[in-house]
Order: sequence, then structure tokens, then C-alpha cells
Amino acid sequence: MKVTVGLRISCRALLRNKIRSLLTMLGIIIGVSAVITMIGIGQGARESIKDKIAGLGTNMLLVQSGSLTRGGIRGGWGSINTLVPEDVTAIMEKCPSVALAAPVVRTTAQVVCGNLNWSTRITGTSPDYLTIRQWPIVAGKSFTDADVRYSTKVAVIGRTVAENLFPQMPSIGEIIRIKRVPFKVIGLLEEKGQSAMGTDQDDVILVPLTTARKRLLGKHSMLKQINVSAGNEALMIKAQEEITLLLRERHRIHSGKEDDFIIKNMADIQDAAVSSMKTMTIVLASIASVSLVVGGIGIMNIMLVSVTERTREIGIRMAVGARTRDILFQFLIESLVLCSAGGILGILLGISVSEVMSIFAGWSSVVSVQSIVLSFCFALVIGIVFGLYPARKASMLNPIEALKYE
Amino acid sequence: MAENRQIAVMDLHKTYFLDGIEVAAVQGVSFEISRGEFTAIMGASGSGKSTLMNILGCLDRPTAGVYMLEGVDVARLSRDEMARIRNEKIGFVFQGFNLLPRTTALENAELPLYYKDGILAKERKKLAKEALRAVGLGERERHHPGQLSGGEQQRVAIARALVNNPSIVLADEPTGNLDSKSGREIIEIFQDLNAKLKKTVIFVTHDQDIAGFARRQVWLKDGVIIKDCAGGL
Repeated sequence: MKVTVGLRISCRALLRNKIRSLLTMLGIIIGVSAVITMIGIGQGARESIKDKIAGLGTNMLLVQSGSLTRGGIRGGWGSINTLVPEDVTAIMEKCPSVALAAPVVRTTAQVVCGNLNWSTRITGTSPDYLTIRQWPIVAGKSFTDADVRYSTKVAVIGRTVAENLFPQMPSIGEIIRIKRVPFKVIGLLEEKGQSAMGTDQDDVILVPLTTARKRLLGKHSMLKQINVSAGNEALMIKAQEEITLLLRERHRIHSGKEDDFIIKNMADIQDAAVSSMKTMTIVLASIASVSLVVGGIGIMNIMLVSVTERTREIGIRMAVGARTRDILFQFLIESLVLCSAGGILGILLGISVSEVMSIFAGWSSVVSVQSIVLSFCFALVIGIVFGLYPARKASMLNPIEALKYE
Repeated sequence: MAENRQIAVMDLHKTYFLDGIEVAAVQGVSFEISRGEFTAIMGASGSGKSTLMNILGCLDRPTAGVYMLEGVDVARLSRDEMARIRNEKIGFVFQGFNLLPRTTALENAELPLYYKDGILAKERKKLAKEALRAVGLGERERHHPGQLSGGEQQRVAIARALVNNPSIVLADEPTGNLDSKSGREIIEIFQDLNAKLKKTVIFVTHDQDIAGFARRQVWLKDGVIIKDCAGGL
């Protein structure tokens, strides 16, 4: 029997029971569209996280203060601040792969303006910080190196802070009090939104490093971290090596001893986040594919009913010379037609659902060719696996008994 | 003449189980049929004639004994080889017509050709049309079985049996579901097949008048042959 003949017989049998065929297909339609949508959402989330981290600057390195080991008890990273402002100067001077380096001190403080107040993070740094983080000013201006040199009491504020302290009026030129020290607001940062880790990056006030140390933290306070940008992405590893060597020498760490700082690479952080998103995509797709398997069981169920209903037809076909494989193929093709038609409709539905999700729920969703091919092939495999048993049952019927079947 | 002997059965037995009870339907039947013979198998219901027909038609296997069809021992053939014989050598006509419902007369007549290799769709249609014309249904090829009378349905079934040009035509009570007029028309078609196309025709009946058309009559009772004689017009 030719495939074309088999296809015609199958299509006619399926069209004879349109509602039943459609309902049977529904399982596959939903399964395929679920797989496509889930993979789409997973990949969309991955892309957006990747973009967010790339927004931090992929050629950025984060040097953090090291861990403290005292009496055999090891604190975590940052448990002691080991970095000093001179380290920053040294990195700028002695590491050729480094383009910029900005020191960072941090504290949390209650900020007051008129009758409003707000608790926020205060970051003391140099103007290069904004360049390294690729963070533009939308109103006013940034502080300058001169401000750092002379410990000027100026502040650049984030969006969230502006909204909470200056709900109705422009903030530039106003005076705010941080720990009772008056600062003049000179700039407003661009809105950055949530970080990849979920913290509000706009809930921050930037002040010159020296001002922060003298007025807010204490004159000899150490640095929390140093933000470094390498000349370009290719120089990342080299920059990391240079900084490690330099800081070990400056901090007088003997060979064999642990570093008292840690260098985090933004590319590594990005990789970690992206790979965790990948895991999430796989989990989502696996859950969705369960519905595809359930759809396959529905197909098997209906195919078994169909074989029983058409026992007499099978008997007639066998009586005029249909071989075992002719009957097997006829029913297998029928199940494959169900699955591929369901698969195609499922692909269309999946693409539409992904579109609707990104429009109405605001989730970015990426429908890839791979996810379409994958889910369609999976549907075909389901068709073969779940169609095989009913088809085999049909093909093994005894012609005499099949003809007598009422 | 040995080469003229198309069908030979020797000590054929068929036993089957019906609800756990052993039924010996055929109990040691032997006969030979030559090419071009026109034979009626007769007997009361339960005499084993339908069971014998199913075995002759390669739809069923004997429990014991030998069935030689054109020199081939059918009992040794596989399922698919038997299907091939049903497709190529035997045309089988049933009492209940056994046409596919909601399928045109033309496609019903075409059915055996779907299972024949190396035949084009065009040729298939042409052969089926010819077969329908041969049984006088050239005008009704687009009709479904439900739209045809019993006699017409049986003629579609005969067209289906003939479409692949088999040398043997078997019919199990072909007139059993028909009125006597249509029955007579059907049996005349068989007569024509035998006389003009030289086909070997074997049919089962319990109607003495219908059996009278055959040149040979084999009588069965309780699974054995009780009479084998030249019948007569």
C-alpha cells in the first residue's frame, strides 16, 4: 500500500468524525503550544536577564574586600574591609589593562528633606563610578574630581529617592540632610530598575568618596569595593591577574596564603544567571511536555475505540488481501495525521499565546525555531508511540472474527 | 489430468471453540476441483459448508488435513502469503455483501487493488470501472451501498471480487439475503463468469433451485461429504 493511499484513507476516516478528531487533537494542540510558550518565556527571561547584566557593563570587574580569619573562624567575603583608597590609585597606575577604577564606600542612612524623610543607601565614590556602571545623569550634573578632592557636600540622587523626598518639585539645587549633614542635590540619575538580584538600584544617593568618609563613615574607613573597568572585554582576564598580583603585593600576602579580597567578573555573574534561567526553561518545558504525553494517551484511547468500531472494515480489507503491515500502516498513519495536524495547530496557538503574553503580561518571550521543531518532533514521536499499540491490535485481528463482528 | 487440478483437499478437519465448547465443523473432507468447474456446495445450516468455504478462501486455516491450491500447500503459508492469495487468486463474495459503508461503489470495487503493489491510481480506477460495467453497474459508480438495492450491492461485491482478475470465485450463500428475482440475476452472473471468462466458481447455498445452476453439487452433512454428483440443468 502506498503512503498516499494510506493518507487518503486516514484523512477520510478522521473527517468522518470531525468533532471527535478535533477533541483528540486538542491534547496535542495544548501540549505543543504549552511547550512552545514555556520555552519562549524561559528564553525571554534569559535574554532580559542577560541584557540587564550586560547593562552593568560586561567589561566590569568588582574587587571586594576579603574575609577575616581570626582564631580559625573564617568570616565571609566582606567581613573585614581590606581595601584602601590608595589601592585604587595603584590599580589605575600600575595595571595597563585597566581603563578606570572607582572606590566605593557604603552606608545606610536616614535622609531628611523638609518634613519628608527616607532611609536609603549612601555610596561614596568618584565620578568614574558612573562611567564604569554606564549610568547617565538625566538632570543636573555629576560631581567632579575637584568635588572629591575638596570633600564638597554635594549629592547625586537616584529616581526612587527623588520620588520619596521630592514628590512634587524638582530636586536639583535643594538641600537634603544625611545624618544631619546638609548636602546639595546637583544631579538626578537615570532610572535603572531592579537589578538581576532583585534590589532597587534607584534607591541610592551618590556622594564624593572623601565627603562620605569624612562626614558619614569616619576618616579612616576602608573601602567596600572597587569597581574596575577593563580596557575591553578581551582584557578582562588580564586585568584580573594584574589586580590580583598588585593587591597581594600591596597587602603583603605571602605566597600560599589566601587573598584578602575577591575579584568578581561580570561575565561570570552573567553566565551563572543565564545558566540558572536555562535550568528554569528546561523545567518549564518538561512540565509542558507532560501535557503532550497526556495528549498522546488521549490519542491511544480514541485509536483503540476506532479500531473496535471499524473491526468489520478491517475484516473486509483483510479479506480482499490487506497484509498485516497494510492495516498497521493505515492506523499508524491515522495517529500520525492526528498528531501532526495537532502539532501544526499547536505551533500556531503557541506562537499566538506567546505574543499575547508579551503584550498583556509584559513578559518577554522568544519563540525560537528550535522550540517549534522540537515540540513538533515530540508530537510525532508521541503519535508513533501511542498509535503503535492500537495499530498493532488492528493488524493482528483474525479476518474471520473481524468479519463476523457486529 | 494433474495440471488441471486446481484445488485438492485431503482429509480436511476444522475444530473451533465456541464459548469453551469444542465444535467439529469439518470432519475429514476430501475432494478435488478442476479449473473451470462450476460447483455448488450444499447442506443444511450447521453442516460445515461456510467453515469449508472460509478455508477454501484462505480466510481460515484447517486444524488438520491438506489444502493444495494450484500445487501450493496453503497450511504452510504465512499470514501475509495467505493475504496475497486472497488478493490475487481468489475473489470472495459474502452473503452479507461486506461492502465498506459510506464509500462509493467505485471505491469498493477498487479495494483489492489498494493492496496490490505497482499499480497506478489511474489504472486502478479504470479496472474498477470495467468490473462495475461487467456486472451492469456502470451508471452507479458514485453511489454508496446505502443508496443501492440488495441485488445491486451484491453486484458491487462481485465487481470487487473480479477486479484483480482472480482465477477462482468463491461465494458463501451469495443469494441468501436477496429476493428470488435478484438471486437469480446474481447466479446468472456467476454462470456467465464460468462460461465466458472460464473462472472456477464454487458457491454455497441451501436453495435447491439456485444449486441447479451448477454443473456439480457437493452435499455436506455434519462436516462430511454425503453426496458428490453432477448436477444438472
